[in-house]
Amino acid sequence: MKGSEAVKSKSIPEYWAIKPGFEEEIKKIINERPEPEISLDYEIAENDYVKTGKASSDVKFFLKKLGVNPEVLRRVAVASYEAEINVTAHSKGGKVTANIYSDYIIMMFEDYGPGIADIEQAMQPGFSTANELAREMGFGAGLGLPNIKKNCDGMYLSSEPGGSTTLIFFIYYEEKSYAAK
Amino acid sequence: MGVKIKDLIAAIDGKVLTQSVETESIVIEDGYVSDLLSDVMGNARDNQAWITIMKHMNSVAVASLAGIPCIVFAKGVQPEKEVIQKGEEEKVLLVTSELSSFEICGKLYCLLNDLKK
Ligand SMILES: Nc1ncnc2c1ncn2[C@@H]1O[C@H](COP(=O)(O)OP(=O)(O)OP(=O)(O)O)[C@@H](O)[C@H]1O
Ligand SMILES: [Mg+2]
Repeated sequence: MKGSEAVKSKSIPEYWAIKPGFEEEIKKIINERPEPEISLDYEIAENDYVKTGKASSDVKFFLKKLGVNPEVLRRVAVASYEAEINVTAHSKGGKVTANIYSDYIIMMFEDYGPGIADIEQAMQPGFSTANELAREMGFGAGLGLPNIKKNCDGMYLSSEPGGSTTLIFFIYYEEKSYAAK
Repeated sequence: MGVKIKDLIAAIDGKVLTQSVETESIVIEDGYVSDLLSDVMGNARDNQAWITIMKHMNSVAVASLAGIPCIVFAKGVQPEKEVIQKGEEEKVLLVTSELSSFEICGKLYCLLNDLKK
C-alpha cells in the first residue's frame, strides 16, 4: 500500500483511535497492504488557506461519483479538510495521499515538521497553538483533531518534536451501527 | 418541514450575493451560529443556515465540504468578490444582512416556530 510505510516504528509517539467493530478490518489492511483502485497525491503549502482544501474537494467529488452516501461524503470531507488545514496552519507544509478502495478510503497526511510536542494534549478538545493568521482565518478552536477522530472509523497520528507529523484515517462507505453525529 | 430560504431572506432583509445559485430548492429546518470553522464542521448539518461574520474563502470551503447549503453573513459583512465567485462555483448560497447574528437567529427561530402552529 503506497504511503503506508508512514506507520513507523514504536519509538515515535503515536495515537490510535478505532471505532468499535473496525479493529479487525483495519488490522487486516495494515498487514496486507492492498493496492488501492485509485491513488491521488497533493502537496499542501504552509499558510496557504486558499489552495488548501483541493484534496478534500477532489476526493469528495470522486467518492460522490462512486455513489457514496452524502453522510459518509460529509464525514470524509470534514476529516480531510481538518487534516489539510492542520498541515497548512501548523507545519512547514507537506503532502497528502488519498487511497481509494471499492469499500473504504484511506487518507495519509505527512508534513515536514516541526511535529507535535504532546499528542495526547493535541487531541484534547480546545487545545490549540494556532497562530494569529490561522485564528484570523477562523481556525484555532482546538477542535480539528477531535473532529477527525469523531468522523473516522480509524485514525492514526504519530509525531515527535522536531520531526514530521503523520496522520492517517480510514473511513468505510458502509456505516456501522454507531452514530457518527 | 422547513422554511423556504426566500422567506428567510425576506425576513432578515437579506441580499443574495451569489446570483447564479438556485434558491428554490433550499429549505431550512434549523440554523447554526459560529465563527469558529472547526466548530461549524463538527456540528452544522445540511438542513441548516449557517450564520457568521467569518467572510474568508475558507467559509465557502467549509460550507461546501460539510454540505451546508447557505451562509448568512451578519452585520452587513461583505465578502470579497473572489469569495462570492467561489460560492457560485461551489453552489453555496451567500446572503448578507445588516442584522446581527442574534437578530437573524431570532427571525429564523420565529419562522420555524410559526410552522409548528
Ligand atoms: N500537522 C501538525 N503539525 C504540528 N502540530 C500540529 C499538527 N496538527 C495539529 N497540531 C497541533 O495540535 C493542536 C490541535 O489541533 P486541532 O486541529 O485539534 O486544533 P487547531 O488546529 O489548533 O484548531 P482548529 O482545528 O479547531 O481550527 C494544534 O493547535 C497544534 O498545536
Ligand atoms: Mg486544526
